[in-house]
Amino acid sequence: MSSAATGAGGEAGPGVEQRAGDRGSRRAVASGFLFGCGIAASMIDLFVFHLGLQWHHFYDLSTPEVALAADGVFHALGWFITVWGLFLLADVRRRGDVPWRRWTGAVIAGVGAFQLFDGVVNHKVLGIHQIRYHVDLLPYDLAWIGSAALLVLIGTAILWRTRPAPAAG
Amino acid sequence: MADPAGAGRRMIAARMDHGHGTGPAAGGCGGADALGWFLADAAVVLLLAGAALGYALGLWASRGRSPWPVRRVLCWYAGLGCVGAALLGPLARAAREGFAAHMSAHLLLGMIAPLLLVLAAPVTLALRALPVRAARSLTRLLRRRAVRVITHPVVAAVLSAGGLWVLYTTALYPLMHASPLVHALVHAHVLLAGSLLTAALVGPDPDPHRASMVVRSAVLVAFIAAHSVLAKWLYAHPPDGVGRADGEAGAQLMYYGGDAVDVVLIVLLFSGWYATTRPRGRVRSGSGAGA
Repeated sequence: MSSAATGAGGEAGPGVEQRAGDRGSRRAVASGFLFGCGIAASMIDLFVFHLGLQWHHFYDLSTPEVALAADGVFHALGWFITVWGLFLLADVRRRGDVPWRRWTGAVIAGVGAFQLFDGVVNHKVLGIHQIRYHVDLLPYDLAWIGSAALLVLIGTAILWRTRPAPAAG
Repeated sequence: MADPAGAGRRMIAARMDHGHGTGPAAGGCGGADALGWFLADAAVVLLLAGAALGYALGLWASRGRSPWPVRRVLCWYAGLGCVGAALLGPLARAAREGFAAHMSAHLLLGMIAPLLLVLAAPVTLALRALPVRAARSLTRLLRRRAVRVITHPVVAAVLSAGGLWVLYTTALYPLMHASPLVHALVHAHVLLAGSLLTAALVGPDPDPHRASMVVRSAVLVAFIAAHSVLAKWLYAHPPDGVGRADGEAGAQLMYYGGDAVDVVLIVLLFSGWYATTRPRGRVRSGSGAGA
């Protein structure tokens, strides 16, 4: 693909523009999705659930060791993909215009996807931690998973509406 | 560093029979130990003075070359300042008695100081300052297989994170507060391993065998995970002789303080990637063979 894209020999034909635009668009979606997942994993949990509502605690003694290790990996990945997403965004920006609406759609989908994963795999399958303790969890789980699915739907809808026009030929 | 409860401090003080906690100036009890602590402090002062003087000499010797960035000079001396704060003075004294103070000293010594010292690019400065022949020998030394092995990110991360696990999950922690020699060795290891890891991941100095972005990213994520898991584990299982409140404060300091430095490391890692993938020539349209 890259050899075809550079084959024009300096003169930027419409095909080259198109391909560069596609790559920028794909990179913008990747950036938004990573950033969305990242802020859901690192910042929303820290600022909303630990410091704001104080439903989550630094450590609870019932945490099994496997869950502790998994939590550490999620924690590290959360920060990593947040920064990764932002640098990808900067990269898209220095190469051309940022499709901001598309990027925003990807962020919303990313937040939703991580919350969905967190709500289903971490909370229910692995049992790493719960949303809140000493309460009936069902309404919380429903609200969590439902809102996550809604965010994924909204994000996907925005991505669909802002999809680049199909390449000519 | 305020200690929430004196319990841990008292427990540790009860464990360590004598000598420690009394700085070299106060050393009345246990003559050999007092001498040991004094020698350790003197060694730190000498090493710091040598490092400060060495960098200044390097600047002086390479003054005819292209200008050296001021921020690197600031990084070097701030880094030495962090080492000094961690090993000498009031924080170092408190660190021998309380776990939270110990942890703030270790954050300074094992994470912040290495970051600053590595960002000061001391090897690059040495290569500029030394005469050609000496500079060539230095390059040859850095290309040695042994150097190449210990500066590999995986090895450096195992040395750094592994050292912390050994320190806090074995009897090494109480031992280091009883023996000046063990104390000095642990601190030297923390500083050197932290510097190796930082240099392997984000160091500006030349690295002929720099690991790929993927390897460095994976190592950094694994290191952050190991660091935060250890911090949470310490929250529930403080080392021998550390009280509950002190242990919890120290563990949280390790977790959140470590996070702050880790985010800086991630940003530096990606800014290296950002600089090397800079599009060449005309921007805007296809930048050439990327993908």
